[in-house]
Amino acid sequence: MKSGPTQAVLAGQGRAEAANLPYKLPPPLFDARCRACWFTAAVLALVVASFATLGLEWQALFSMEAARSMARFVGEFFPPDLSPVFVRKVALAAWETLAMSALGTVIAAALGLALALPASRLSEQDSNWLRTPTRMVLNALRAIPELAWAALLLISAGLGPFAGTLALAVHTTGVLGRLFAEAMENVPSGPAAALRTQGVGPLRVFAYATLPQVLPQLMSYTLYRWENNIRAAAVLGVVGAGGLGQMLSFHMGLFHMGKTATILAAMLLMVALVDLLSFSARKALTR
Amino acid sequence: MATPLASVTVLAAHAARVPARDPAFLPRLFWLSLALVLLWPLGVACEFKFWLLWAPENRQASADFLRSFWPLALQPEFLDLVLRETWRTVAMATAGVTLALLLSVPLALAASRVLSLSALSGRMARGPAWVRWTVRSALVVLRSIPELIWALVFVRVVGLGPTAGVLAIALTYAGMLGKVYAEILESGENHPAQTLMRNGSGRLQAFVYALLPTHAAELASYTVYRWECAVRSSVVLGFVGAGGLGQQLDNSMKMFNGGEVATLLLVFIALVALADRVSAWLRKALA
Repeated sequence: MKSGPTQAVLAGQGRAEAANLPYKLPPPLFDARCRACWFTAAVLALVVASFATLGLEWQALFSMEAARSMARFVGEFFPPDLSPVFVRKVALAAWETLAMSALGTVIAAALGLALALPASRLSEQDSNWLRTPTRMVLNALRAIPELAWAALLLISAGLGPFAGTLALAVHTTGVLGRLFAEAMENVPSGPAAALRTQGVGPLRVFAYATLPQVLPQLMSYTLYRWENNIRAAAVLGVVGAGGLGQMLSFHMGLFHMGKTATILAAMLLMVALVDLLSFSARKALTR
Repeated sequence: MATPLASVTVLAAHAARVPARDPAFLPRLFWLSLALVLLWPLGVACEFKFWLLWAPENRQASADFLRSFWPLALQPEFLDLVLRETWRTVAMATAGVTLALLLSVPLALAASRVLSLSALSGRMARGPAWVRWTVRSALVVLRSIPELIWALVFVRVVGLGPTAGVLAIALTYAGMLGKVYAEILESGENHPAQTLMRNGSGRLQAFVYALLPTHAAELASYTVYRWECAVRSSVVLGFVGAGGLGQQLDNSMKMFNGGEVATLLLVFIALVALADRVSAWLRKALA
């Protein structure tokens, strides 16, 4: 409190004294240190509380018996079932998974773009009253995971890949819609403003100024989500929504370990392949 | 008076040159129809019969289920259960990420090329290079099996309950964290570490005194982000019997108890939003 008037006097005396003003000190050390302390204490408390309340069965995990059952479990994976009939079935399921993820992503990209328009403010004058409600819808779609969506949609779409595709599409719409809206809001406003001052309508401004500018970014977001969706599609079947996951949970439930091993290998192979493809595609796009 | 008149004429002349129709109409139509043709086999593969959603019996089932969402299930004992399961979900994520951290730090140290002594002078020796490659591939395998599959496997070995979920998160996230930690350590300037090692310090010393101070904020911020992801995925792990909110949702869904499902979905959304906020705030404080 004491330094207040002194500083005012110093400032009032004009520029001549400015060179002699004291250095701007860093924030008080005590405060900074204390905040870090509180962070660390809170994190530690959370970790300790988690381990304490979960009642994890370490004995079950590290006992000799668990090790033996684990070894037996892994041993049963060999030999994987590689009979042509079964491999063909796995390949078909893998294709189904791939189709689910691709179609789900495409639908999500279209719906996401349609929802991103009301969710973004494309110019300063745009008083978009739909922005907040649309964003809330997008957030809700995004917050519920694909698997929960699939379980919910089983009721209206029935068992099978259709429910899985819809679940992927719904969740990804939330994710992509938000990303698209942010991309469109952050784009340089020059081209759109130029068209708008010429009296061009909003739809054409979007089609000829905003869309071409953001298209590469939208494509790369979509590819990235596709990559995620393939992993997701592989497991959606666990709740009965088709693809490799459904086969996996079926055969694992019946303890067909050789078949399970084949399906797991197919899953790994597919994910690795898509990672590679998507990585090279994104590299080509951003170059 | 002459200037406005002239500009009006210019505008009029300009307007005359604006085509009435989209000049890129035909190419756009072509690409759109090509995309539809390409999407057709995908739709066939995932049995994408969207008219099924409007089939009378499906429509009836969906409408009944949606109608049962209201009123929400707000009985004290149910809310108590939901609260306990919510904490369990967060605790599973926290414990899983903690274990993943313990597992991934040594792996990341073994995988990063910066801490190689032989690479200080020319090429890395063959032995260490081979070890690094092996560790890296192990990380990739850990990461590319989805946590749900790990959970399915562990439910078989250690039985139903949170232990399976924690282990699943620990293994998947160890792969993710290890890979990204190694990449973060390799990014940017590593002069301090090299200088230390050239002057005879050990690799661990070089890590603690040179690499860690440079990258600490980035490493911590990525860990917090992954914790947020773990909260999302531990919600889902309940579907295969690993406890937490997902298991509750699965149970309520199997009993077609719409009110409980709606309450749980709202809790889902709130939990994910909360984790999002906490993580964003922590990461901002770290930056």
